[in-house]
Amino acid sequence: MTVAIDSAPPRRSHATLIIGTVILAVMLLVALVPGLVAPYDPLRFDYHGTLAPPSLAHLFGTDMYGRDMLSRTLWATRVDLQIAIFSTLAPVIIGSLIGMLIGYYGGIADVVFNRLVDVVVTFPFLVLVIGIVAVLGPGLINLYIAIGLVDWVFFARLARAEILVQCRLDYAHAARGLGYGPARILFRHLLPNAIGPIITYWMTDMALAILLGSSLGYLGLGAQPPLAEWGTLIADGKNFMATAWWITVFPGLAIVIAGFGFSLAGDGVADLLRARE
Amino acid sequence: MTENLLEVHGLRTEFHSGGRRFAAVDGIDFAVRPGEILGIVGESGSGKSATLRSILGLIKPPGRVEGQILWRGQDIQGLAPAALRRIRGAEIAMIFQDPTSALNPVLTIGQQIRESLAAHTDLSATERQRRAIELLDLVGIPAAARRLDDYPYQFSGGIRQRAMIAIALAAKPALLLADEPTTALDVTIQDQIIKLILRLAAELRMSVILVTHDLGVVAESCDRVAVMYAGRIMETAPVASLFQTPRHAYTLGLLQSIPQGRAPRTPLPSIPGVPPRPGDVTKGCGFAPRCSFAEPECRSGRPEARRMAPHHLTWCRRADALPEPA
Repeated sequence: MTVAIDSAPPRRSHATLIIGTVILAVMLLVALVPGLVAPYDPLRFDYHGTLAPPSLAHLFGTDMYGRDMLSRTLWATRVDLQIAIFSTLAPVIIGSLIGMLIGYYGGIADVVFNRLVDVVVTFPFLVLVIGIVAVLGPGLINLYIAIGLVDWVFFARLARAEILVQCRLDYAHAARGLGYGPARILFRHLLPNAIGPIITYWMTDMALAILLGSSLGYLGLGAQPPLAEWGTLIADGKNFMATAWWITVFPGLAIVIAGFGFSLAGDGVADLLRARE
Repeated sequence: MTENLLEVHGLRTEFHSGGRRFAAVDGIDFAVRPGEILGIVGESGSGKSATLRSILGLIKPPGRVEGQILWRGQDIQGLAPAALRRIRGAEIAMIFQDPTSALNPVLTIGQQIRESLAAHTDLSATERQRRAIELLDLVGIPAAARRLDDYPYQFSGGIRQRAMIAIALAAKPALLLADEPTTALDVTIQDQIIKLILRLAAELRMSVILVTHDLGVVAESCDRVAVMYAGRIMETAPVASLFQTPRHAYTLGLLQSIPQGRAPRTPLPSIPGVPPRPGDVTKGCGFAPRCSFAEPECRSGRPEARRMAPHHLTWCRRADALPEPA
């Protein structure tokens, strides 16, 4: 076996990471101060200019109440980004933690957990979440709770698998052999090596959460009117699809761009973490 | 006779594979004295590494370790996790075959040395930093202070193994378990690492168990050697005694297959057959199926230890029938 004397990790283009991050940064900015970028009040009715097609005054046109679609789409960024973050934050933290402990200690907890995973993945995610929202009632808070109740399982499954792999590597044996305690081994040694796929999946999961939030919004189970949310905006426009395409198309594009941004950023982060190894 | 640092009695390490249990280590006894360098030689799969990992308690369920492992007279196996952690790293440290995988890729060498110091010493942060530089210096890494903030991937294989040794030695252990520390390295580097380990053992008055499959390494470095085959010890003796008068058919076969002192272009003798696979159960001597001296009795019961000289033990029934090596 030859021993490589490598000096630096291979240089990679960080284009995906940069583009993804820029998209997310712009979205975050819009979400923080939508009032500064939106030209109009997203809730102001204008009965003289309903269903107006895109023009210089209204770049994205207006809806059936004459509300400016550009402003509504921009304001909706705040709601959808909230959905992306709030509905995944608890699952990623709690799920990863549980998965790490189960992967590290194994035993009966592992057996029980795997059956739980089997049960959860048997149901389509959307159906499960709709079921929980139906019980809790519609609204954003209940949406976060519903997604969180299901989503943590996926992070736990991922973290468990990663820890199982890392546990078998020599550096984990070395850490145990050096007399380190389980907490130190788990959080300082195994977690940094296992976190790459978790972060990458989290990015993707935020995009999925936006899609889910929009789907539920579209179905009337998520954000409630008059709050602008991409899914509810599309639902607003569905009756005017043939005459006023702009009501559905622009929020739809926003969803696509958001998903694109999260995916690219996730891929970029994954590349970055791989390069470090 | 000084007191033994480590005593292993009836060590048996079992693993699960394909629904079956098999013993990677099948009832072995040995001891390590203070300052002694004990070599364990054997082929791949003979149980050398499993022995070391058992000593340090690194065998995880469903693997199982039986027998007594006495550290300074105290059985390690019964210890509470906290007490075991005070021995691991602080008194017994281990280095691995492949330093690339044994170092944590996401922490700098400095962080990893300081962490070991923090876990086992009372040094302050600035003292740990100073000590980390000393340790890198001690293991012969040039420009130690500058390399402290480097990640493992920035080192060559030999330097990585030196860094691994520095981490292992941070808490000044009394026993170093070296699991084929040179197998993954270039030949020229191998010699440097062995010499380094010997120098450090002498300087720090540290015992070493050196696991290897290289008889040359054993000859140049060890005080005593145990030959393992199929999970059992075949013969243990002082190095000179083992090389001059091997008293086990397997040892004899190993020594005869070293290309040394032979006329050029003569075929090298080899041991016929292949080592048993894990899980193959041999009733008698593990080596009997491949042994050209074996008699029917060799295949029936496990051989008893026989003392051929004060420190020379063999588990070979046919020890008296073996020829002197050429």
